[in-house]
Amino acid sequence: MNSPRAHLLIRKGRVIDPANGRDEVLDVLIENGRLVRMGASLDAPGAEIFNAEGLCVFPGLVDTCMRLSEPGGGRSGSIASETRAAASGGFTHLCALPDTDPVVDNTAVVRLIRERAMKAGFARVLPLAAMTQQLNGSQLAEMQTLKEAGCIGVSNAGKPVQDALVLKRCFEYAATFNIPVMLRPQDNALAAGGCAHEGAVSTRLGLPGVPAIAETIDLARTLLLVEAVGVRAHIHQISCAASVALLRDAKTKGLPVTADVCIHHLLLDESALEGFNSQCHIQPPLRSQLDRDALITAVADGTIDAICSQHTPVGSSSKQAPFPATKAGISGIETLLPLLLHLVEEGHLSLQRAIETLTCGAAKSLDQTVGHLEIGRAASLCIVDTKTRKRPSDDWISAGKNSPWMEAVLPGVVRLTMCEGRITWLSD
Amino acid sequence: MIATPPSASLQLTDDGKLKHFLSVEHCSRSLLEDILNTAAGFVEVGDRSIKKVPLLRGKTVVNLFFEASTRTRTTFELAAKRLSADVLNIDIAKSATSKGESLMDMLWNLEAMSSDMFVVRHSDSGAPSFIAEHVTPNVAVINAGDGRHAHPTQAMLDMYTIRHYKQRFEGLKVAIVGDVLHSRVARSQIHALNILGAEEVRVIGPRTLIPVDIDALGVSVYSDLSQGLKDVDVVIALRLQKERMDSALLPSESEFFRLYGLNNDRLRPAKPDAIIMHPGPINRGVEIASEVADGERAVILHQVTFGIAVRMAVMSMCIAGQDAGGMA
Repeated sequence: MNSPRAHLLIRKGRVIDPANGRDEVLDVLIENGRLVRMGASLDAPGAEIFNAEGLCVFPGLVDTCMRLSEPGGGRSGSIASETRAAASGGFTHLCALPDTDPVVDNTAVVRLIRERAMKAGFARVLPLAAMTQQLNGSQLAEMQTLKEAGCIGVSNAGKPVQDALVLKRCFEYAATFNIPVMLRPQDNALAAGGCAHEGAVSTRLGLPGVPAIAETIDLARTLLLVEAVGVRAHIHQISCAASVALLRDAKTKGLPVTADVCIHHLLLDESALEGFNSQCHIQPPLRSQLDRDALITAVADGTIDAICSQHTPVGSSSKQAPFPATKAGISGIETLLPLLLHLVEEGHLSLQRAIETLTCGAAKSLDQTVGHLEIGRAASLCIVDTKTRKRPSDDWISAGKNSPWMEAVLPGVVRLTMCEGRITWLSD
Repeated sequence: MIATPPSASLQLTDDGKLKHFLSVEHCSRSLLEDILNTAAGFVEVGDRSIKKVPLLRGKTVVNLFFEASTRTRTTFELAAKRLSADVLNIDIAKSATSKGESLMDMLWNLEAMSSDMFVVRHSDSGAPSFIAEHVTPNVAVINAGDGRHAHPTQAMLDMYTIRHYKQRFEGLKVAIVGDVLHSRVARSQIHALNILGAEEVRVIGPRTLIPVDIDALGVSVYSDLSQGLKDVDVVIALRLQKERMDSALLPSESEFFRLYGLNNDRLRPAKPDAIIMHPGPINRGVEIASEVADGERAVILHQVTFGIAVRMAVMSMCIAGQDAGGMA
């Protein structure tokens, strides 16, 4: 991290730290980048003062599933551009998918990602390693070597392993070394060629469908294997009500499973594709209103642990084509917190629960000790004006301009982000 | 909260006139009737010794076919020529655009040649809407079939044919038989029939060929042919592509023909005066027996003839809509 270690007194912010059950107006003192004290009316001679009256102070936000576009993204973004976008959205810790080009299946790529992230200095990147070589679904990647190089888990990203024997061996090997496996469930044969939820909208628009069962059939199989092998698993981007039910059962049984959902699945459903809106082309696809309701309920009741951005910046020409020919994905890290605050405003979630999903819920999903405010540790936090509204297009940072939310007016302005004791974002 | 492309309004001018023809969906009944009435005036042009009217004189129509099609392209070409337009046929294998030139770049090039109308066929659903959103104003886009989404001029020529033989849509029961899943024609026909006031639209086929939630479009679903054909006034057979057998949608052509193919015997539950239609090209002995295709109730070749008039109607209406829009 490049800016100097902060010496800062944050005055009278509403500190919400779900990991410690805290929600009160406090002063927060950071000295030499460390969180040294929280309390009423602190004194700190020499410290810079940040008046946070009327603002919220959250632990640094954690994204459980995103893409950095580097290596291999070209004009669609770089680690520097995307981590800066993340810092502007209040994020300090980013779990990045391994489906870069080249794939994160060797230590050189891990080193490149970590060094570039370090040099840029906007966020701590927590890379995932490929579960299989080249994400080919047939040969194990060097999981332990990649873990030692800094990867926090293994994943086959958008190319789920289809062969049950290979998947079982991935789980067994990962479990041997205590490496969490992260999976986006999908049966490739059932999803083949699809670009929209199989339902009334895809039928009417004539878009090839991805049925919900393409996700649930693979999730059910995955959960059975998790139970049999006993590996720690995190499920990425569940998208339908039936997946929620499977997950709930698995958690009731006590399986070591957590899950996230992409923010867009909580706000949009298949009807967003009307007019062949390619900005809403994502994988897994936006599903029905009923699915959306079930996902919101599952976030509220804790069945789903975290909300991710599924940040996928793509070049503008990738969206300038007929819908099925466009690249899937939304550049989402800058709008994640505002959209979540919108859900809070609409009464779907409490603010505390919402922040929990982006802090300790996300950290638990990744098995990382981040996402909370702890005295004595390097401070990662953000200061947010949850009331002021703005249009994302007014100060967009990500190199990917692919977002359906560009012109929406959304609540939440991040005033300051601090990652491990250094200020990574400051706005007025 | 999100910005949605203007699907409904895209093809209409502010005062409700056609400026593109992308989909039957979202059209009013009076607009569809306008198309049919305008087409009626063009039918007799084909019977004249000089088969031309000067409505599109000086206009350039580009047939932009990203997917091979001889028949549809030919009828559009004939329609444009009968309207006195200059016609340019461009057959682009879809791979040509993926070789480097983007679809947008290609469109801008064609626009630079002062084209007035693009007739677009594309294997991706939504391609004509995408093109209509991005062309410069005053260029009309006509959908000549996109993916599984829509084939509005085919549906309108079918409506013309139905009205020609049945005079009205009220009280009519229409059955669409076969591969509805992959059929843009069926989707457009369903919209058109419902908008024009048909009493009942049915789709008939095995569940592998009937799309999920199709009933939301306003149809009843039958898997048994004789039940589905009971008392219908119009039977529309859909073309069955050979490759459906390879993707495990059907066991064989012969079983399909035995269960869903139209022959005289199996048509008995339909009304005695029911007409038999097919968008072509037909597979004899697969979805339709020769005795039906060549029989007196079949109106398949009339569909083709009416198709030229309907396309003339749509083309002239779109150009008029564009010209009016340009003056406003």
